[in-house]
Amino acid sequence: MDWPGIGQLALLVGLLTALTPLLGGYMARVFSGERVWLTPLLAPVERGALRLFGAEAERDQNWKRYGLSLLAFSAASWVVLYLILATQSIHPWNPQGLGAMPWDVNFNTTTSFVTNTNWQFYAGETTLSNFSQMAGLAVQNFVSAAVGIAVAIALIRGIVSRSGDSLGNFWRDLTRAILYILLPLSILATIFFISQGVIQNLSDYVRLTTLTGHEQVLGMGPNASQEAIKLIGTNGGGFFNVNSAMPFSNPSGLTNFVQVFLILLIPTALTATFGRMVGSRRQGWAIFAAMMALFLVAVVVVHLAESNGSPAQHLAGIAGGNMEGKETRFGISGSSLFAAVTTVASCGAVNAAMESLTGLGGAVPMANMMTGEVIFGGVGAGLYGMLMMVLLAVFLAGLMVGRTPEYLGKRIGAREVKLVAIAALATPLTMLAGSGLAMATKWGDPSIYNGGPQGFSETLYAYVSQAANNGSAFAGYTGFLQPNGDNVGAFGITFADLMGSAALFAGRFIPIIAILAVAGALAGKRVAPEGAGTFRTDNPTFVVLLIGVVLLVALLTFVPALLLGPIVQSLSEGLFA
Amino acid sequence: MISTLRAAVVSIAVFTLTLGLAYPLLSTVAAGVIAPNGSKGSLIERDGEAVGSRLIGQSFAGHPEYFQSRPSQSGYSADATFFSNAGPNGRDTFKAIDANAKRYLKREGPFTPGLTRADIPPSAVMTSASGVDPEISPEDARIQAHRVAAERKAPLQDVLALVDRHTSGRALGILGDPAVNVLELNLDLDQEYPR
Repeated sequence: MDWPGIGQLALLVGLLTALTPLLGGYMARVFSGERVWLTPLLAPVERGALRLFGAEAERDQNWKRYGLSLLAFSAASWVVLYLILATQSIHPWNPQGLGAMPWDVNFNTTTSFVTNTNWQFYAGETTLSNFSQMAGLAVQNFVSAAVGIAVAIALIRGIVSRSGDSLGNFWRDLTRAILYILLPLSILATIFFISQGVIQNLSDYVRLTTLTGHEQVLGMGPNASQEAIKLIGTNGGGFFNVNSAMPFSNPSGLTNFVQVFLILLIPTALTATFGRMVGSRRQGWAIFAAMMALFLVAVVVVHLAESNGSPAQHLAGIAGGNMEGKETRFGISGSSLFAAVTTVASCGAVNAAMESLTGLGGAVPMANMMTGEVIFGGVGAGLYGMLMMVLLAVFLAGLMVGRTPEYLGKRIGAREVKLVAIAALATPLTMLAGSGLAMATKWGDPSIYNGGPQGFSETLYAYVSQAANNGSAFAGYTGFLQPNGDNVGAFGITFADLMGSAALFAGRFIPIIAILAVAGALAGKRVAPEGAGTFRTDNPTFVVLLIGVVLLVALLTFVPALLLGPIVQSLSEGLFA
Repeated sequence: MISTLRAAVVSIAVFTLTLGLAYPLLSTVAAGVIAPNGSKGSLIERDGEAVGSRLIGQSFAGHPEYFQSRPSQSGYSADATFFSNAGPNGRDTFKAIDANAKRYLKREGPFTPGLTRADIPPSAVMTSASGVDPEISPEDARIQAHRVAAERKAPLQDVLALVDRHTSGRALGILGDPAVNVLELNLDLDQEYPR
């Protein structure tokens, strides 16, 4: 790596490490109901909102009621978003006069945003009105992120609860996550982005004549406000088709750094929230350390792979790094860092063409997602995913030494381990079943853009990304054909849209329900006092064990699939179809 | 059950009104105050007419008197953006890079004797991510300066100095790569060395 690349990474890691205890502690206080500096301003707002939501928002909930509330909220979100997208032609703020997308693309898009994924078969500026983007998609960017945080908090409450079966209240956690965390951060980020040249308007697209006499049309819209929550909520759905590569979204090296920082801000800090709420900050730092180690490896490998250039470029006699699908202002450093960050966190925003990464450079994002997004991961989702890995690690360690496994004083019994297995296996199963079905049948063919192993990589990436709720893409893979600009005559590829939706649902809600059930099972258990024989989960040995479990559970499952696609590509200096 | 449904319906309605309308609309109002030009696309005017955006690249193909932008998969479309999705081992990727390298050498070779493929900056022959990359690398600009200086009968040193003036450094010394804004550079060229 070059010096600016190392400096950039060091600055990022330093900032995140410094802010983790601050923001993490703040979030712990928010969810414990303690007073924070925003309380005087926001407490009345919170009370008003909860009163509007009704009686269900006032009571303590066990895991079933918590889960039911979560599913009801997600279902209502789904219906509202689908209706907004389906009625697009009559919306205000539709300067291009765009019609609705086909039903199957609407189905996939709706599911994608409700599950905090933001997989995009559509292209924003040619497909969606400003109203759909603001009132439809951006709302889900907030609330789906808040749902993830709520589940993580409920799991922590289950771990620390000493009696009873309450996990808190879903509606209160949802509202607090938005009011105290997501919205204030988004407002700050919006102001910063606007000051740096990110567009924010409701104007008509700008028509102008270029210096050499050609007509150019500039897409416009309320971009900065959406950009902010896209990153902070690890959503990733771009206002423009080229996402964070668009200069109107990400104008400079500085904004690019702020973007990767914002993606990781909440996921890193939640480890400290965990440590604080369980009463031992070391427990939080142990998880932070395991995540950070895996993240650093990812960044370095992508950077080195991209610096080496691609086979196609070498055969054409071009020296230097692989700049295909990368922006000048970001270069290899800024593009590689973004690719690693957006896939360890389940964000999915991109500032470069993922499909044009080198074989090895593209294998790393896939591997990041294949871990089930536990390397920082999505807001909330990363922490609860990693805590499943922690329970698995504790269970394995218990087997090795022949003791009943315990975590933070709670015995891990057969029921918990079964639920953890469901949570840990649902995502890989969905990834492999989806890509397998798409490859083995002719239904998957119309979606594939590139031939050879690249076509396989596209397909694998599509279902891995959707099941992991990431949303980045090897964007050749398509589910939406749009011959005209205003969606007239456009049609979706039904198999890709619906198979993708199935992956999105399964990857989001099976783990969430299993995790709430684990939280419910742990909540009722008594805490055993710590003894001399207690297995430590806050020391370097455990960090290494945890990393091992993540690698074993995740990567071993996927080695055959990775071999067929990106590994073949990275081992070959030749060309394919 | 009913109370749960009520909470679900009311909450998504409340969030849609506040997060989906109030937040972006207030942001738009604020944007008009914070950055009246930037929030509307950072347009650059010449003689009272908008000729482009500082942030959006445009094509100068067929005009050797101007610095040339990077290859673009979308033909510098800023209302329907896309990238190439060209794979690292793709035969088509190789063909595209090869053709771009030939074109580059043909364009710059006569003005920079001894220029070989190994000297070509990779960004000059590979497509950008946005399709509207407003910038080229400083190395690319310094090669192109020879042609532009000859076409405009301007001293090479002066054109190189102009390139330097339009080269943005790294923020804090580490963030982003140095780059040259093509439209701003070409506008200054027209000003100082009109044809």
